[in-house]
Amino acid sequence: MGNVIGIGAAPKRKEDQRFLTGRGNYVSDIKRPGMAAGVFVRSPHGHAVLRGIDKSDALASPGVIAVLTGDDVADDGLGSLPCGWGITDAKGMPMKEPPFPMLAQDKVRFVGDMVAFVIAETPEQANAAADLLKIDYKVLPSVVGVLEAVRPDAPQLFEDVPNNICCDWELGDKAAVETAFKKAAHVARLSLVNNRLIGNPMEPRAAIAEYEPGTDRYTLWTTSQFPHVVRFLMGALVLNIPQHKLRVVAPDVGGGFGVKQFHYGEEAVITWAAKRVRRPVKWVASRSEGYVSDRHGRDHVTEAELALDETGKFLAFRVNTLANMGGYLSTFGPNIPTNLYGPLLGGVYTTPAIYCNVKVVFTNTVPVDAYRGAGRPEATFVLERIVDVAASEMGIDRVEIRRRNMIPKEAYPYQTPVLVQYDSGDPMGCLDGALVAADVKNFGARKAASARKGKFRGLGYSTYVEACGLAPSRFAGRLGARGGLYESATVRVHPTGQVTVMIGTHNHGQGHETTFAQIVSDKLGVAFENVDIVFGDTDRVQFGMGTYGSRSLVVGGAALSKATDKVIVKGKKIAAHLLEASEADIQFEAGKFSVAGTDRIKTFEEIAGAAYVPHNYPLEVLEPGLEEQAYYDPVNFTYPGGCHIAEVEVDPETGTVTLVNYTAVDDVGTVINPMIVEGQLHGGIVQGVGQALFENAVYDEGSGQLLSGSLMDYCMPRADHLPMMKVATHSTLCTHTPMGVKGCGEVGTIGSPAAVINAVVDALSHLGVTHVDMPATPNRIWRLLQNASLPVAAE
Amino acid sequence: MKPFAYHQPDQIPDAAKLLTSIEDSKLVAGGMTLIPTLKQRLASPTALVDLSKLGSLKGITDDAATITIGAMTPHAVVAASKLIQTKIPGLAALASMIGDPAVRSRGTIGGSVANNDPAADYPAGVLGLGATIITSKREIAADKFFLGLFETALELGEIITAIRFPVPVKAGYAKFKAPASRYALVGVFVAKFPDGVRVAVTGAGPGVFRVPPMEAALSGHFDPSAIAAIKIDTDGLASDIHAEADYRAHLVTVMAKRAVEAALS
Repeated sequence: MGNVIGIGAAPKRKEDQRFLTGRGNYVSDIKRPGMAAGVFVRSPHGHAVLRGIDKSDALASPGVIAVLTGDDVADDGLGSLPCGWGITDAKGMPMKEPPFPMLAQDKVRFVGDMVAFVIAETPEQANAAADLLKIDYKVLPSVVGVLEAVRPDAPQLFEDVPNNICCDWELGDKAAVETAFKKAAHVARLSLVNNRLIGNPMEPRAAIAEYEPGTDRYTLWTTSQFPHVVRFLMGALVLNIPQHKLRVVAPDVGGGFGVKQFHYGEEAVITWAAKRVRRPVKWVASRSEGYVSDRHGRDHVTEAELALDETGKFLAFRVNTLANMGGYLSTFGPNIPTNLYGPLLGGVYTTPAIYCNVKVVFTNTVPVDAYRGAGRPEATFVLERIVDVAASEMGIDRVEIRRRNMIPKEAYPYQTPVLVQYDSGDPMGCLDGALVAADVKNFGARKAASARKGKFRGLGYSTYVEACGLAPSRFAGRLGARGGLYESATVRVHPTGQVTVMIGTHNHGQGHETTFAQIVSDKLGVAFENVDIVFGDTDRVQFGMGTYGSRSLVVGGAALSKATDKVIVKGKKIAAHLLEASEADIQFEAGKFSVAGTDRIKTFEEIAGAAYVPHNYPLEVLEPGLEEQAYYDPVNFTYPGGCHIAEVEVDPETGTVTLVNYTAVDDVGTVINPMIVEGQLHGGIVQGVGQALFENAVYDEGSGQLLSGSLMDYCMPRADHLPMMKVATHSTLCTHTPMGVKGCGEVGTIGSPAAVINAVVDALSHLGVTHVDMPATPNRIWRLLQNASLPVAAE
Repeated sequence: MKPFAYHQPDQIPDAAKLLTSIEDSKLVAGGMTLIPTLKQRLASPTALVDLSKLGSLKGITDDAATITIGAMTPHAVVAASKLIQTKIPGLAALASMIGDPAVRSRGTIGGSVANNDPAADYPAGVLGLGATIITSKREIAADKFFLGLFETALELGEIITAIRFPVPVKAGYAKFKAPASRYALVGVFVAKFPDGVRVAVTGAGPGVFRVPPMEAALSGHFDPSAIAAIKIDTDGLASDIHAEADYRAHLVTVMAKRAVEAALS
């Protein structure tokens, strides 16, 4: 008999036992009887007319079962890959939404665009046959950068999308902002690039599809963060498979970071192909294949202006951004640089007027979509960079200018001028906590010590707020969401009192099997080991929207909490009957139902037993069984926030930036498992540090080739790049989620890029450096120093 | 990976014969470059001739003036060798900086030198120390061995069996790692001998090269300050998304200074 392990405890993660002993069950581990192997043939060109494909040699190659192309897709009358969000422009016109065929038809629009699917007995045979396909391309010039793509003479990706602009989107009161700028004592201006990123989950994408003629049912195993959404998008909108005939399973998944929260063409092709060849078919991407097909993240070019009065109070903020969408609209694509970006430009400040214009632009690159943080790191980076620029230009201390503009704790709930209303927060408390934890008062001594070694030391601050817990459906619907964003959970109490939870979120590294079990253990007084969490299978889990946008605990956990409450309510009815008391007099605590003021009790196990063996049971008024389900649709986003402080040392001889200290104080609401929260913060911070210092997806303008096409050229952060981090929480409780939780999956990634870059700029500010674009590589820093206004004084 | 035949000879002449008799066959030593290339289907040799059964290619020996390292000796063994740490600590340090622990356990000195990757570490040590490459046919001086991008003086069927290093007075290696690959963006090996100093650079250009002005300056005064003002011409240096030629040229001077510091420490 194990123990209750409740909210606030830090047990080791349940799921790690199987992961660390090699007993995980990933898509690539699964073998089906008679399984064939599929490989995708992808465009080697960034932009080309597809004039024809000669399959004959490939079909004659040993072991080949089928070769499928865009013509076969068209012959079968299949749909286009759908976009889950339909945004509108400043005039209310819908975004341009060209079709995204699952295999290219007529044209290819990025290196990696899928042209054919070859199925053979073995992967080697499929690869050999793929080499024999004769594909006739007429190569066109590619355009890969947003600035280049909107020029009048730029290559055009689609005939009916002039200037490659998908949508010219805006938010905020443009006139009020203009008026405020006219009154400003100072205007800070900043041009910046938010670098393009590749997600790099440890497990590459993979899929297996199988069709059972006897039942006319399809099963798709896929590396997905949201199997129910894949079932809906693929079944209803692409392949015309009724929902009850399609099972989507996302078993153990080795990391997502957003990369696996889209419906990919590979999933549709392989499911369609499995029926055509009447064989299970498996595809596993290589790392290199992932680089040219996993959706990329970020990729903005931005001009920002901040208007201030003479005391440094922010009067208005104006942001113009060009956002790269890549070659087609991915599942959430146009939502990320608009709805998840503009509404966060207020940050933790009282800026009264904000205007944001975002031109969403097609280019000959991999489609861009959500990547951990998704829009909110970009917003935080613009805001926290320009605050530093303004402070420097006005001669105000960087911490002081933030304090002067921060929303005071008492002012919550706080309505921003950009749609969102923050329910709770204490940015000043996070800032104060971080200043102490980072030992800012002794920074001068550390800087002097660095100088003695010929190094430049800098300190960087970033405050932030994010909107997560995606999402209130009604609100999202007004912004263009084409689906709901609630979550569901079923709590099944077995006759012996153990519990199985079926939940619509997906665990791919976040520790849900532990966190959710703690919630149930806490609320029902059931031993932690007696709670299992089931997810990732549309045949086992009622419904769900999956895991992204720091929503699993906030929205899924709320549904679980509600379902658990329903179990307690029913348990009380059963207990009242058994204890011959009024239902109103029954109390439930620590796994025991009791009659108030007496020592008469029934244990949770006894109640569960009675529910399934209803001999002495109020059958006239109560159904047997003990299983409850709840759906939860949040009333608002949640708004985690915090303050991050980075400390760097720059070697002026080589330009190398070393992150020497990192401190984060975050407000994530109620903490269920502090160890897991700390891990989420560590991982998120590292990904933000990766963006700031190392990671950059680089395309060649003209050819559209991805130059950073492997881990040899795309630099991921590594353990030896990082100091030990100081991570703490300073929580205020969310006022509208059942447990006061706010979410913690993305906060690290949101706060860290600006903190790191602000530190780098601080380290170099004595040389006249006012901005450094990401990633702050040695080459870039050295070049900046060559051009800096003062000579390098390394000695 | 495409299909290929696999041979594991136990005599050097047999290995050489397989190489010359099978068209498009390839030697595999540690396989740290070749195997990834095969997996990515970028190379498709008809046969692999594996040298791992040739026991005579492993091990480290010395005499009064030299150290000889068998071609199949892994980097980790060189890095951990007390003999090399004592007599040529700069070479042990170089070996310890190659790749990661897995690569150092599998990768071999012969494989690295034969491949002559323009950003590999060993070519800098071999050229910087003026080593001699011993093959199944002859002995080749380092100055005559490295011919440019992935090119060496090796002939078809010729197998490196060992590399013989003269023991220097002092030697040091400094490497600026390419951020992603951790190959040398610029690596400089400096070795001081009684009759002069040698300076060899890897990573910066299409192949390892020496820097005569630095050698002359350091022969006069073996100190970082002697070369601080020596600039390298950017002509012929590599330029890519990680570093343009002028940055690489600058790093040659910085890394050469640090290599001298390492040699003196």
